[in-house]
Amino acid sequence: MTQMTFARAINSGLRRSLDNDPKVLLMGEDIGTLGGVFRVTDGLQKDFGKHRVVDTPLAESGIVGTAVGLAYRGYRPVVEIQFDGFVYPAFDQIVSQVAKMHYRSRGAVKMPITIRIPFGGGIGSPEHHSESPEAYFAHTAGLRVVTPASPQDAHTMIQQAISCDDPVVFFEPKRRYHDKGEVDERLDPNSAPPMGQARVVTDGTDVTLLAYGPLVKTARDAATAAADEGVSVEVIDLRSLAPVDFATVEASVRKTGRLVITHEAGQSGGLGAEVAASITERCFYHLEAAPVRVTGFDVPYPYSKVEMHHLPNLDRILDGVDRALGRPNSLSGLEG
Amino acid sequence: MRRYHESCRGMVTRRQKVAATVVTDDAGRGGTSAGQDNNAGHQGGAGHGMVQLITPSGERVSHPEYDPWVRDVSDEQLCSLYEDLVVIRRIDKEATALQRQGELGLWPPLLGQEASQVGSVRSLRDDDFIFPSYRENGVAYCRGVDLADILRVWRGAASGGWDPYTVNMAIPQIVIGAQTLHATGYAMGIQNDGADSAAIVYFGDGATSEGDVNEAMVFAASFQVPLVFFCQNNHWAISEPVRLQSHTQLVDRGAGFGIPSMRVDGNDVLAVMAATRVALDRARRGGGPTFIEAVTYRMGPHTTADDPTRYRDPNELEDWAAKDPIGRVHALLDRKGLFTEEFEAGVRTKADAVARELRAGCTGMPDPEPLDVFKHVYSTPNSWLDRQQDHYSRYLASFGDPAGATQEEGAR
Repeated sequence: MTQMTFARAINSGLRRSLDNDPKVLLMGEDIGTLGGVFRVTDGLQKDFGKHRVVDTPLAESGIVGTAVGLAYRGYRPVVEIQFDGFVYPAFDQIVSQVAKMHYRSRGAVKMPITIRIPFGGGIGSPEHHSESPEAYFAHTAGLRVVTPASPQDAHTMIQQAISCDDPVVFFEPKRRYHDKGEVDERLDPNSAPPMGQARVVTDGTDVTLLAYGPLVKTARDAATAAADEGVSVEVIDLRSLAPVDFATVEASVRKTGRLVITHEAGQSGGLGAEVAASITERCFYHLEAAPVRVTGFDVPYPYSKVEMHHLPNLDRILDGVDRALGRPNSLSGLEG
Repeated sequence: MRRYHESCRGMVTRRQKVAATVVTDDAGRGGTSAGQDNNAGHQGGAGHGMVQLITPSGERVSHPEYDPWVRDVSDEQLCSLYEDLVVIRRIDKEATALQRQGELGLWPPLLGQEASQVGSVRSLRDDDFIFPSYRENGVAYCRGVDLADILRVWRGAASGGWDPYTVNMAIPQIVIGAQTLHATGYAMGIQNDGADSAAIVYFGDGATSEGDVNEAMVFAASFQVPLVFFCQNNHWAISEPVRLQSHTQLVDRGAGFGIPSMRVDGNDVLAVMAATRVALDRARRGGGPTFIEAVTYRMGPHTTADDPTRYRDPNELEDWAAKDPIGRVHALLDRKGLFTEEFEAGVRTKADAVARELRAGCTGMPDPEPLDVFKHVYSTPNSWLDRQQDHYSRYLASFGDPAGATQEEGAR
């Protein structure tokens, strides 16, 4: 085990994938000499060369569109979109081409493309640098969408994403890039839990708290805080946003009878809506209360002086836990 | 339940771009200007010369084609342009300092690009409309944007700093190249209205790779709209040199779309002014769009979050320092006997005053209110957002002090 940052853990995973499969190549803006604006690809161009770690012209649609062609040719492109808010010029290529090629070619053409996107807020950036666009992609059939929440998962899941024959949108919680954790670099990704599986992070009995990406840490802290008051919170890290591992969530909710879902993205049409609806369908008679969503608001990502009002934090999550438990909370006395 | 506050570490980094690399022929003397293409590795260029009217050493060189366009620029106006250049550099320096002191979240320095910005914006009429990227803060100053408004976005106190209609200048665009299409559409509107005003759009060398920019040139050429594509080739898109973006001179890209194109010394305020005037005149006469490649250099980092020492040869900086946009006007004024002590002191006083006002406007800017998050999402009230706002204000009120609860986390 080695102590390393989240960013370094991805770097190490990318390095292993580049080592293990000559068909793996990296493409993106500023990923070569600079090593990426977050330094996630630091040193890789130096070690693997300019043909495998490629600085591309400044054109996101171009990056993803050429990745489709490389995949056609048998490569496994790993592309970096520099920030969440800059993925949209590539949206057409991702949604209409990457996601559908396998289906349209009746399985003849595989699109083993990994699209890495730093996402989420909380770093004091200007606009277009803090967004959470995961629902757009989770809504698109043919794409797998995952997000790691710990350095170990970051290290393992990036390798699993790259070796997956389906296209994977790999969301990296940018405000956790500098968080450190123990990483076992010798862990075989094939023997690790698959990236499609949710993970129970903290066992609990009173309420299920579902989070992913940047808010898993916040959710864990909330569970610790709740435990001080005798409330037992089971935290689940969803990990895969498409497809969702409902079996794991369902098992937990059958046990606790209460569900709180948190994400930074806005509420309407978000992952929380999908999970709440599906879990209500699957275990309605086990629910003691309506599922609660603690999310960003349905507003454009706000400017940095007020972004922390938009982002669910520990207190807001605990307020949601109180609501699920019928304890006094900020909405006490209000209907619904 | 007890209240806890998660602490969150701010991280540096962001992106955006603008830029490019070409070694310019500062030979460009006499405007017909050398014409040799020094861009190593660039092929297929049409061999556009680079228009230059003031050499780096401050010599005013004649150019039969472009001289007439700046013949009316008096000594007094030349002094005024010099003042603009100095003041803008001072604004840039002060803003960079404010970022280092924690008063701004980020700042995209324009150091080295002053002449491109001043020469172009000072050619416009008030009824012309400007679509900037995020680096045109010198343009904003010359356009009369309030100094505090220039900083508002970079302080994280708003998503847009000013009302575009009060100065006929759009708010900064961070998504690379997106504004070129907006400018094209705006110019289509001018055309439909039968007006003789024009639009100008600022973007960088990196942006020329984006689909939006290429589509904008297709539309602008197709409809022959009154628009100036003003490309500041500052040689670098964060860490990527312009040769990665293009195998021709950027000016040839405009030509490829059938758009009349000019390549000018972007560090020569007079040459930039001449070229912009040519383009505006064409636009007003119904002659359609023009593409201007202003060859300049990003002397600083991409933004204050960037570290160019990781990817840039310091010798390149030295080469470009010798072509400084301010130094050459200084030298020219000196030759003309205009650079008196009194003049210099006046400019310095002005720059100091602007810097003081900028700083005061920044540090004195009131913080936005928590519930401002919900403002301006739609033009009319909407029930589900009102509900979210109501719930959040109840949540804040549950702490007793509505503003205090979540302030400390991340809010600078």
